Amino acid sequence: MIEEQFSTGESFVHGLDPRIKIIVAILFSVVVAVSSNLLALLPALALSLFLMALTRLSPRKVFYRLLLVNGLILFLWLLLPFTYKGETLFTIGPLVGTKEGVLYASRITVKCNTILLAMIALLATTPIFTLGHAMSKLYIPDKIIHLFLFTYRYIHVIFQEYRRLTNAMRIRGFMPRTNIHTYRSYAYLVGMLLVRSYDRAERIHRAMLCRGFSGKYYTLSRFSINIGDILYLSLMLAAILGLVFLQWRAIA
Amino acid sequence: MESNSLIINLKDISFSYSEDKLVLDHLSFHLHRGDRIGLVGPNGSGKTTLLHIIMGLLRPSSGRVELFGKPANEEKDFRAARRRIGLLFQDADDQLFSPTVLEDVAFGPLNLGKSPEEARDTALKTLARLDLSGFENRITYKLSGGEKGLVSLATVLAMDPEVLLLDEPTNGLDEDTEEKITDILKGLNLSCIFISHNLDFLSKCTDRMYAMSNGKISLDEALVPHPHIHAHEFGRLPHEHKS
Repeated sequence: MIEEQFSTGESFVHGLDPRIKIIVAILFSVVVAVSSNLLALLPALALSLFLMALTRLSPRKVFYRLLLVNGLILFLWLLLPFTYKGETLFTIGPLVGTKEGVLYASRITVKCNTILLAMIALLATTPIFTLGHAMSKLYIPDKIIHLFLFTYRYIHVIFQEYRRLTNAMRIRGFMPRTNIHTYRSYAYLVGMLLVRSYDRAERIHRAMLCRGFSGKYYTLSRFSINIGDILYLSLMLAAILGLVFLQWRAIA
Repeated sequence: MESNSLIINLKDISFSYSEDKLVLDHLSFHLHRGDRIGLVGPNGSGKTTLLHIIMGLLRPSSGRVELFGKPANEEKDFRAARRRIGLLFQDADDQLFSPTVLEDVAFGPLNLGKSPEEARDTALKTLARLDLSGFENRITYKLSGGEKGLVSLATVLAMDPEVLLLDEPTNGLDEDTEEKITDILKGLNLSCIFISHNLDFLSKCTDRMYAMSNGKISLDEALVPHPHIHAHEFGRLPHEHKS
């Protein structure tokens, strides 16, 4: 289900303290998300690519991940250049593409890919439960962390339940078609999944109570920061400040 | 028998999930220290409900629950008792919620107030006891059914309970795993209640068998000799079976 195929590796980035990675990922994505100028965004993209290179992940696999998101961005390219007002850049038949529209679409494309690359390079290179623990060490509220870890643990179980139900439908000759029977059956399927998940949540909570759970989630892991972590954090902070400066200079 | 040996004392317990049918009907039940009790009964006869009432996960509509000589009415009474009674759920996926085996087994000890080092130590020792050394970093949802069963048992045993309540521990396990669990349970010096449909397992692990039906519980004491019809190779030759 969730394979976490990037989470194991021997690279320098894999060995970094997960708390540092979370901090850098958050700061970096916020700065990129609010930057509006390509003069700041393009260096940010270069930085993301550099971070990616440090992870030594297979470029092909990363490319396929990016493809998923860029599929959505493709639709923006089909719409934005023709719907944005501004200077005419090109015409296709009756359609007029504007310079502003193209710039706007490029900014979104660069931003998305930059943030995504950074997320893959920083967060996907950490096992999910380690991320959860690092979050708790960063004083992120327990409830959010519980939600995060439980979603990870049980999405697989719910998926199996989903497969069992669809198999049960299939062996009795169910074929999805465009008719009310199909819609009703799918509605039952979704409803059943919700009810079952709710029941399961209830049972898990009971099992936890039986083992002395009282709302606080203790963890076994201890993290330690070494000189490499500090170096990485300082360099990244400097780079992020640099991006802020570039954006500020571009709009000033 | 000494009065302080009475661990679980249920008096006149009634419980129902819906208005028209009582799952437990004025049921009384005792467990003394050292008792090993098997619980049998048809599906829906209230066996699991009984265990959940003992743990305080369900509250009876009438009747009294006493645990370790003290009345248990509120969540805080049960919370204290849960440290000493371990319940193994029917479905291991309900029991194992942590990402890794080690963390799941250490969850109980951590809740009991142990330090991370102690908890890790307890967890590793418990795993070793169940022949599960080397499992600590396995991902819980990727375990096989039998492994999940054994790890679930480890999560309960790691809390070092005085009483063990097991809800169909051999359900869905293959013969080898069942044998392994039987051996482990036989070797434990604990008071216990085992729910099972597997009479063979119960006769090996328990001293007494109770039967539940229609919300009541009764001791099934009579030993009834009975013949078996069975088949195996060379069965036509005269032979004897050891019991």
